[in-house]
Amino acid sequence: MPDGLMLSAWLIALLQALLYVALAPLLIGWVRKVKARLQNRRGAPLLQPYADLRKLLIKETRVPHTASPLFRMAPYIVFVATWLAAATVPLVALDLPIARIADIIVLVGLLALARFFLALAGMDVGTAFGGMGASREMLISSLAEPAMLMAVFTLAMTAHSTSLESVMSHHLADGFVLRPSYLFALGALLLVALAECGRIPVDNPATHLELTMIHEAMLLEYSGRHLALMEWAAQVKLLLYGVLIANVFFPWGVGREFTPLALGLGLLAVLAKLALLGAALAIAEHVVAKMRLFRAPAFLNLALLLALLGLLSHVILEIGA
Amino acid sequence: MTLALLPLLQQFVLLLAALVLFLSFVLLAQARLISAIHSFAWQGALVAAVTLTVAVAGETHHLYFSAILTLALKALLIPWMLHRLTRRLGLERHTEDLHWPTLAIMAAVVLVIFSYWLVTPMVAQGLAFTRNIIAVSLAVVLIGLLMMVVRQQAVAQVLGFMSMENGLFLAAVSATAGMPLVVELGVAFDVLVAMVLFGVFFFQIRESIDSLDVDRLNRLTETADPVGANPFATTDEVSQ
Amino acid sequence: MTPLLLTLLAPLIGGLALALLRPLTLAGWLNLAVSALTLGGAVWLAWSVAVTGLIEGMSFRVDAFNVYLVVLTAFVGLTTSIFSRPYMRYVCSTGKLGTGSMRVYHSMYQAFMLTMLVALTTDNLGVLWVAIEGATLATVLLVSLYRTPEAVEAAWKYFILCGVGIALALFGTVLTYFAAQHAILPLSGVDGDPGAGLTWSVLYAHAAELDPTVMRIAFVFLLVGYGTKVGLVPMHQWLPDAHSEGPTPMSAVLSGLLLNVALYAVVRLKMLVDGSLAGTETPHLAGALLMGFGLVSFTVAGLFLHRQRDIKRIFSYSSIEHMGLMTFAFGLGGPLATFGALLHMLVHSLTKSAIFVTVGHATHIAGTQAIDGIRGLIRTQPAVGWSLLLGVVAIAGFPPFGVFTSEFLLLTATMQSQPWFTFALVSGLAIAFAGLFRHLHPMVYGPAPEGQLPVQANMLPVLLHLGLVLWLGLSIPDFLAIWLDRATQLITGTHLL
Repeated sequence: MPDGLMLSAWLIALLQALLYVALAPLLIGWVRKVKARLQNRRGAPLLQPYADLRKLLIKETRVPHTASPLFRMAPYIVFVATWLAAATVPLVALDLPIARIADIIVLVGLLALARFFLALAGMDVGTAFGGMGASREMLISSLAEPAMLMAVFTLAMTAHSTSLESVMSHHLADGFVLRPSYLFALGALLLVALAECGRIPVDNPATHLELTMIHEAMLLEYSGRHLALMEWAAQVKLLLYGVLIANVFFPWGVGREFTPLALGLGLLAVLAKLALLGAALAIAEHVVAKMRLFRAPAFLNLALLLALLGLLSHVILEIGA
Repeated sequence: MTLALLPLLQQFVLLLAALVLFLSFVLLAQARLISAIHSFAWQGALVAAVTLTVAVAGETHHLYFSAILTLALKALLIPWMLHRLTRRLGLERHTEDLHWPTLAIMAAVVLVIFSYWLVTPMVAQGLAFTRNIIAVSLAVVLIGLLMMVVRQQAVAQVLGFMSMENGLFLAAVSATAGMPLVVELGVAFDVLVAMVLFGVFFFQIRESIDSLDVDRLNRLTETADPVGANPFATTDEVSQ
Repeated sequence: MTPLLLTLLAPLIGGLALALLRPLTLAGWLNLAVSALTLGGAVWLAWSVAVTGLIEGMSFRVDAFNVYLVVLTAFVGLTTSIFSRPYMRYVCSTGKLGTGSMRVYHSMYQAFMLTMLVALTTDNLGVLWVAIEGATLATVLLVSLYRTPEAVEAAWKYFILCGVGIALALFGTVLTYFAAQHAILPLSGVDGDPGAGLTWSVLYAHAAELDPTVMRIAFVFLLVGYGTKVGLVPMHQWLPDAHSEGPTPMSAVLSGLLLNVALYAVVRLKMLVDGSLAGTETPHLAGALLMGFGLVSFTVAGLFLHRQRDIKRIFSYSSIEHMGLMTFAFGLGGPLATFGALLHMLVHSLTKSAIFVTVGHATHIAGTQAIDGIRGLIRTQPAVGWSLLLGVVAIAGFPPFGVFTSEFLLLTATMQSQPWFTFALVSGLAIAFAGLFRHLHPMVYGPAPEGQLPVQANMLPVLLHLGLVLWLGLSIPDFLAIWLDRATQLITGTHLL
């Protein structure tokens, strides 16, 4: 790749990473809006999450006196790790140089890093809720991570590469192919996404009820700027999973060359896909009840099973077909 | 040849077959009896759909008939009979959790791998696009068998049995593009009669042990006192 | 074709008529008449086969091998129906069975005979499967006829185990069809008839072209499937229960007929697999599998004989033992072993159904099936006591009965080809003999309990069976020897005589 093109590719990668943080609150606003409409409420404006973040950013930041420096560092680490993870997922364009640096395993690793510091921060202050939330988060992630890895390996086996870009371009090159393994991997990833992003039925993002909260329990002691970063990171994570699902399984529309038209179309396509996905999430949360925490392992075992079946059906049904 | 080169209809068959396998897992782990019956009905419908799609894709016209037969028998008639039986037995709300759900699922996964291992050398020498489904159908048969082992409830065991038959139907379609008509009819007739007899037995079992938990059918052992089944004993002797 | 149609239609129409017939006395006689008609048809069929060598058509195929079993089936069916008429009438008079149950009993008896005969005469492997599954369905309600918890349990076990087994057999059948489609259809261009791929005679003619890999896997499924019906260990669990809890005439036909027919299916399939595997490194795989299963069943059943406390369970384990022996012999192959196995099939069926009939009378006298409760038969009713004694002597393989002859042939054949197994066989026979006689002695000779009275017993079937077994032990008539030799020639390809 010539230097000029290389430079513009890096620029686009940077732009894409910025788009992630910029779009993340919008997605959450959209989900909340749809949900409110389903409940016959008018709901907050679509851009409310931006306002919330702005308010938190300008507010004074208080830190508990029992907190260690880790407590202050955690929000930055969590935010940056999540952001970096998001940057590896093609949003509007393929063939970005970042794909050559980071593949799916890096993505999973960065998310694990973010989660690790989130849990540490939850425990750091020494309150009961923080520790409880951290332990639950680790329980869920310990079950979700294998399922996620298995699901992405299923995709990787079809493309013979663990790079998300190769998976997507392989998929695009093949055209529309019905793959049983993709169906199972999609199911597994959807379940993992629900669990990892703390959505119903595993966790309820809208509640601070002591007995049930997971993600919110870890953030109870945060305020101001720190809280804003933590919330933002969570929103980026939701967007990341949304894009992962939308672009890997339905890659059509993503820009394959660096022209403004292709990029614009790619952005439009991904926005449309995300809008659909967000609406689907809202509907699912509307009709499904949150389940008891003890059931969460069964839920994630289902994800693992789906991922495993995806792998098996790839081997059994697709190889040499 | 890779999957991407197959016509869309043939890809669809593979997709449906994968879903049949998935429903076997659902059936295995499903605690609620009524939901299990519904899963079974869906499995039957999917097998019928596979048959139909193979008929369309492979242009084997006699399969249309077996698709209809499968749909009528496996997706409608037998689930309906089971539904009616559970209602008459008062089991609509019956649930039965597996003792070791994860272990059962893992065993089922092992069975899938085993089926694949067993079938691979066999299908190595070319066949129509359906050959990959043979492993799936064997897996469905074996998982049905596993279900009969891990479930204690009579109705659930019958579901396992019937799901084995689903696997056999799938095998007949995928391996051989359907059995001869007379055999297919005979098999369907046998399955139907078996279902009717199972219905009779549910009532007989409940009458004799006040439950449908067949684990309690444990009177006949090698060393048990032979008290029962004696037509010449008076009623008092039998009840000892 | 006429004799075949007669043989098959008699039980079909008879079964339907019996399902509708209300008066019990009449039903017993009709059952007998239908069985007699079936036997007539079977003998006629045997005669035609003896003259023409082979009867084919309408996807039926009768040769020396299966016509011999057809006659045996019809014969045991008839003698058992002679026994069953007064016996079931007596059971009915105790009030344990209503007329509804009796109608089920009689119609299912004929339905069972029909499925057996269809399974034997059909040329289509699919129909064979359907018929053998049909036999389970016909008999399962009979096993639970008395509705005691034990009977229901036995029937459920029978249903589930045989259902599972037979499902595996269907998978094997599908695989066989799969192999056939590859080998036969493109070869002979019989596209017009998709049934050809399941037709045994076509498959046998093209056995060498069947893919050995597929046939190897198919045979394992078929053996496990039909082996469940044969009662091979470890799939035998249903057999003692079903035999001990069902009505005694059912035990007689299950032991005497169903097990034979299932073994017949296994042997037919072994012939296909042997043809297919002939050119590979494992040409005797099917035989080795049969020998393994047979030997294990033979030994394990012999050991289990010692632990039984129920008289019918003893003899059902003895059936497993003998089926194991026959399976071993068919696995051994070769004309002598096959001839011996065929003869053993015959004498075992005759002896075992005679024993079950006698046991039916014995339990009637004692009022219990517990061995501890059956005492002094020979004092109370000498005919029953002597019959039981002679029956057991015959089944244990004493000269001059026919079982001795067949077992002697089998041992000789083993000695010739696999001398090491002779030791296992002889010790197995000794174990089984000890197991039978330790129970037999007190039952026959022990002191009779106070007030034990003789019952009305028709010993004709027993006499007939034991007389035939004795005759076969003293000398095998020429026509039978030629007949069995033809069957041996069909199975192994070589004459013995």
